[in-house]
Amino acid sequence: MIELQDIWKTYADGTHALRGVSVLIERNEFVYLVGPSGAGKSTFMKLIYREEIPTKGQISVNGFNIGKLKPRKIPYVRRNIGVIFQDYRLLPKLTVYENIAFAMEVIEAPKRIIKKRTMEVLELVGLRGKHASLPQQLSGGEQQRVAIARAIVNNPSVIVADEPTGNLDPETSWGIMNLLEEINFRGTTIVMATHNKEIVNTLRKRVIAIENGTIVRDEARGEYGYEN
Amino acid sequence: MKISTVLRHLREGIKNVVRNGWMTFASVSSIVISLFILGVFLLLALNVNNLADQIESQVQIRVYLQLGTPEAKVNELKNAIGNIPEVKKVVFVSKEQGLKDLRTSIGADGSELLEGYDDTNNPLPDSFTVDVFDPQNIAYAAKKIDAIGSADASKPISSVKYGKGTVETLFRVTNAVRNIGLVVVIGLAVTAMFLISNTIKMTILARRREIGIMKLVGATNNFIRWPFFIEGALIGVMGSVITTVLLLFGYSELVQASQFELGLMMIKLVTLRDAGLTVSAVTLALGTLIGIWGSTLSVRKYLKV
Repeated sequence: MIELQDIWKTYADGTHALRGVSVLIERNEFVYLVGPSGAGKSTFMKLIYREEIPTKGQISVNGFNIGKLKPRKIPYVRRNIGVIFQDYRLLPKLTVYENIAFAMEVIEAPKRIIKKRTMEVLELVGLRGKHASLPQQLSGGEQQRVAIARAIVNNPSVIVADEPTGNLDPETSWGIMNLLEEINFRGTTIVMATHNKEIVNTLRKRVIAIENGTIVRDEARGEYGYEN
Repeated sequence: MKISTVLRHLREGIKNVVRNGWMTFASVSSIVISLFILGVFLLLALNVNNLADQIESQVQIRVYLQLGTPEAKVNELKNAIGNIPEVKKVVFVSKEQGLKDLRTSIGADGSELLEGYDDTNNPLPDSFTVDVFDPQNIAYAAKKIDAIGSADASKPISSVKYGKGTVETLFRVTNAVRNIGLVVVIGLAVTAMFLISNTIKMTILARRREIGIMKLVGATNNFIRWPFFIEGALIGVMGSVITTVLLLFGYSELVQASQFELGLMMIKLVTLRDAGLTVSAVTLALGTLIGIWGSTLSVRKYLKV
């Protein structure tokens, strides 16, 4: 469960990214975050995985008061949140397998379990045969699948995806969406920022629209609502 | 920390050295170059110091006695001088021995100058040569010997000589040379540290994205830090081992090649064993420290995300 209560975020340069945002996202929801560039979507997501802290207001993820978290505790909260980016952010010198296993090494999981679970998620994202490849040897869609595998390998309760299909062609994008839906179906909350009108209007989910740092629309089975 | 985690960090640190091959190469090279220059100057400074010691140790006090000083008095004086704490050794040089020494040092060309002198008409007085423990104290010891002579009613000491003026100048020069050597070595050490840590910083700068991703998947700062720490130490050790091998090999060649020529000038280089110990200790310690220091410092910077 993610809860934002009257969140304000002002950056050091004076930009007001969020102005009084309150929202409740229940467990196992799938939420699209839409709105023009610079509206505050990324800040919204960064607050969830504690890349940023709110200037004002309270935010809790799975019952943790994220804004008040001691720096020492941040890593442990992040282990329960998987993050996916438009640019994949894989470690270029590690193989597909190593990239995914890394997230489990971090939590000091036993080697045997790491191996089993990593192969499991590789199977799920359909890249079992590519486990020994380096990221640069993969297509964009495949790289994003690796990033998704890494995000889910520790069974997080929340996945935050910042324009996961932003760099992909329509067909590949649908592959990624099917995967995310499958993950959501297995019980993971998904918050996804997107500019993809077709996806939002076809795969209907809750839509939260942000403009100028405030929520202007929040619909259960919403539409994209912008011209691309 | 679990043992498997410790092993993981070790493995990861070693793997990183290989994975970042070019960066490793750059860091190791900069360590080798800086430490090599430092090592060369260190060897130079050791030898200059050694040379200064050699020259200084040749400084002696000559105590000339009055002609006809009785043997009992000679022994008494010898004991008194020997009891001065700064004095290391007192050797009695009889007038006969003195004449012989003089003949030897003048050599064949000047032999006619001393012709006609023999034991019956030897013009030289008996004397002592006095060695002191620390040549820098020579003036002080000479003064004390002079005082012994003045205190004795029979005034048996005619003069005390130690090359006054010359010795002081010599010491000024040797001390200056030593200090310059020290300053150069320290200056080079500091420069080397900055050069190397800068290279390591750059290699880590290139990997701040990597650190960012590690943080994102929930790695603790310590978990991120350890492999870098090990990598830095490894790079430092590699660089300093290469440097040490180069320096020692080069120096042993130099010692061998120059043995004959320098031997003629009565100059002896510091032996490979003596110099090698100092140089390897300094390069290994400095290299490893710099490697660790550079990587730890740079990682800390990017951990504050």
